[in-house]
Amino acid sequence: MEKYLYIALFAPLVSSLFAALFATKPKKLFVGIVASILLFISFVSSAILLSYLAGTEEIVKVTLFDWITTGKLNIPFGFVVDEVSVIMMVTVTLVSTLVHIYSIGYMEHDKGFNRFFSYLSAFVFSMLILVMSDNFAGLFIGWEGVGLCSWLLIGFWYYKKDEPREVNPSISPAWAANEAFIMNRIADLGMLLGLFLIYWHIGSLQYDVVFAHVDMFSISVITLMGIFLFIGAMGKSAQFPLHTWLADAMEGPTPVSALIHAATMVTAGVYLVIRSFPIYSQIPDIGFYIACLGAFVAVFAASMALVNTDLKRIIAYSTLSQLGYMFVAAGLEAYWIALFHLMTHAFFKALLFLGAGNVMHAMNDELNIFKMGGLYKVMKWTAIMMIIASLALSGIYPFAGFFSKDKILEVAFDSGHYLLWFTLWVGAGMTAFYSFRLIMLVFFGEERYKKYGFHPHEAPWYMLAAMAPLAVLAIIAGFFEEPFEEFVTRLLPEYHFHIHGILTVALVGLTTLIALSGIALAVYKYSHGGFSEKWKETFIYKLLYNQYYIPILYDKLFVEPYKELSKIAWKELDLRIVDATVDFIAGVIYSTGFKGRVIQSGNLSKMLRWMVIGLLILLILVVVYSMAR
Amino acid sequence: MITLNHYLVLAAILFSIALVGILRRKNLLLLFFATEIALNAINIALAAFSKYLGDLTGQLFAFFIIAIAASEVAVGLGLLIIWYKRTGNIDLDSLQSMKW
Repeated sequence: MEKYLYIALFAPLVSSLFAALFATKPKKLFVGIVASILLFISFVSSAILLSYLAGTEEIVKVTLFDWITTGKLNIPFGFVVDEVSVIMMVTVTLVSTLVHIYSIGYMEHDKGFNRFFSYLSAFVFSMLILVMSDNFAGLFIGWEGVGLCSWLLIGFWYYKKDEPREVNPSISPAWAANEAFIMNRIADLGMLLGLFLIYWHIGSLQYDVVFAHVDMFSISVITLMGIFLFIGAMGKSAQFPLHTWLADAMEGPTPVSALIHAATMVTAGVYLVIRSFPIYSQIPDIGFYIACLGAFVAVFAASMALVNTDLKRIIAYSTLSQLGYMFVAAGLEAYWIALFHLMTHAFFKALLFLGAGNVMHAMNDELNIFKMGGLYKVMKWTAIMMIIASLALSGIYPFAGFFSKDKILEVAFDSGHYLLWFTLWVGAGMTAFYSFRLIMLVFFGEERYKKYGFHPHEAPWYMLAAMAPLAVLAIIAGFFEEPFEEFVTRLLPEYHFHIHGILTVALVGLTTLIALSGIALAVYKYSHGGFSEKWKETFIYKLLYNQYYIPILYDKLFVEPYKELSKIAWKELDLRIVDATVDFIAGVIYSTGFKGRVIQSGNLSKMLRWMVIGLLILLILVVVYSMAR
Repeated sequence: MITLNHYLVLAAILFSIALVGILRRKNLLLLFFATEIALNAINIALAAFSKYLGDLTGQLFAFFIIAIAASEVAVGLGLLIIWYKRTGNIDLDSLQSMKW
């Protein structure tokens, strides 16, 4: 089985290196095809590992080689395929295979076609290292690797100019890429501190060693570990207050948004919490805090999605909100439910993004949903698949989201945190509303695009074909709930529900009710001309539309003072002290050289005179030295 | 009784005379004379030390210096003659072609 592990892990690396060979060449179609095939091979290997693991219950472990061995520190390059990582592997490789195929069509006319595939495959490789590593150090390497690939891909169109925030809230791809990278660095500092703390107390970073010894320490130490690791997770999963980068990351090409900023990388934080469950189950207080933050983000992000007019940003906020749901489940120790929602969310959110990519393609990269409308007639298949994804996202039976999201609400209710439940319940309503607001504005109603002179067309068949498996999974993935639970709870703790029977049914009913009413409201409102213009003048609308003014606040609070500080450091410290010192030394040497140049007159007798003077000085020195001795 | 010091004083006087000659003379030929005097001042000192210490190394050195001085004069005089043929004088201050 090790063979399949290696294939699954290294096929994306080979794909990336292969594509990199042609990085500066003009578009080569076979680069995309080879990359997709290699990714598919990786997916098949992961699936074989999954079935092997399901059948034999044997965890596959390999150690590639020793990586860092100094003193007592010993970190091997080890990989493990257990119930949690194999689920992640299958999800990641499946979505990335489909995104690779889709990208062949989406990036068709881009001059960076080959480069794109190189980055995308490199991302998959890093992500696999992240999920497959058997120690925290390897996880951190993958963690940084996906961060780097995310930076490369958000800034893929790095040559686009900066625009003022009023025109484009994310300013420019390069700016957005840097923002994402820097925010993640801030969080990674927390994560690193967590790793140091673990190593300091336990003396190892191997998962099995760490988790076997974690209960030996005092609660305060474990709490600190939990907090620091969660700070790392907050950055990667864009939880409040480090959330602003995710919406801005939508500057990247849409397949990137689908793969990295919806399905895989942003869920790495959730994965970290799930993976470290022995730590978090020791500290339910931190878990509860995580759940509260998750619930807050779920509603906070959903509220911003309610009014936004940017197609991709709406979906990005929705991702943020769903990540909040996952953290609620993970925080309340329902780890397998968090993982389940992570998986189903990967399917339908990637589908939603790919659909959005089709729409963007059809509309010449226009993102304002108020310039669309009535696209159903020209883009029937895209519309159907996006509706499926939106239904799954809203949690309507029998779509995948119903099973996973409803479970999270049940957990919130079951654990007795009714306020959490209520928050999530409101969030579910908002989710349904903004999802169908988007659908209504893009695909139905008046054909506003004609006014702006667009000529939309349906995407080519293979792009739709790449979306189809996701659509199928968005419908049926929920029915695998029981085998999924049985499978992952071999490793993860089970969650025992206290509520049964009629109450569960009532909860499900309530959630479905609010989701349906959200959909109904959206459909009704936007088929009758939407909200009035006056609504746009209200304070709440402006607050939500400007993302609670948080990006501007960050600008004023951190970016501007930092800029000022840098300016002072540059003008005062660097120019006046450092540069001045260096210049002074150079100046002294130069001027002595300039003045001493007259000695070199070329006149032999003068030179001889200088020589004699030198000789005398040396003699005097000898005399002085011997006398001083 | 002539002691080591006498020899050394003689060497020092000869060397000083040579040094003054090197500094004052503009004629290249006389410059050569001055350097010969300087070298021979050193030779006297070396021979004297050799005798004083009972070590032949110093005299050996003196021989070396005589040999080297002879070859130096041979080469130097050759160059001097060429210089004289070219420019018609052997004034030290006229040797300035390497001036910056």
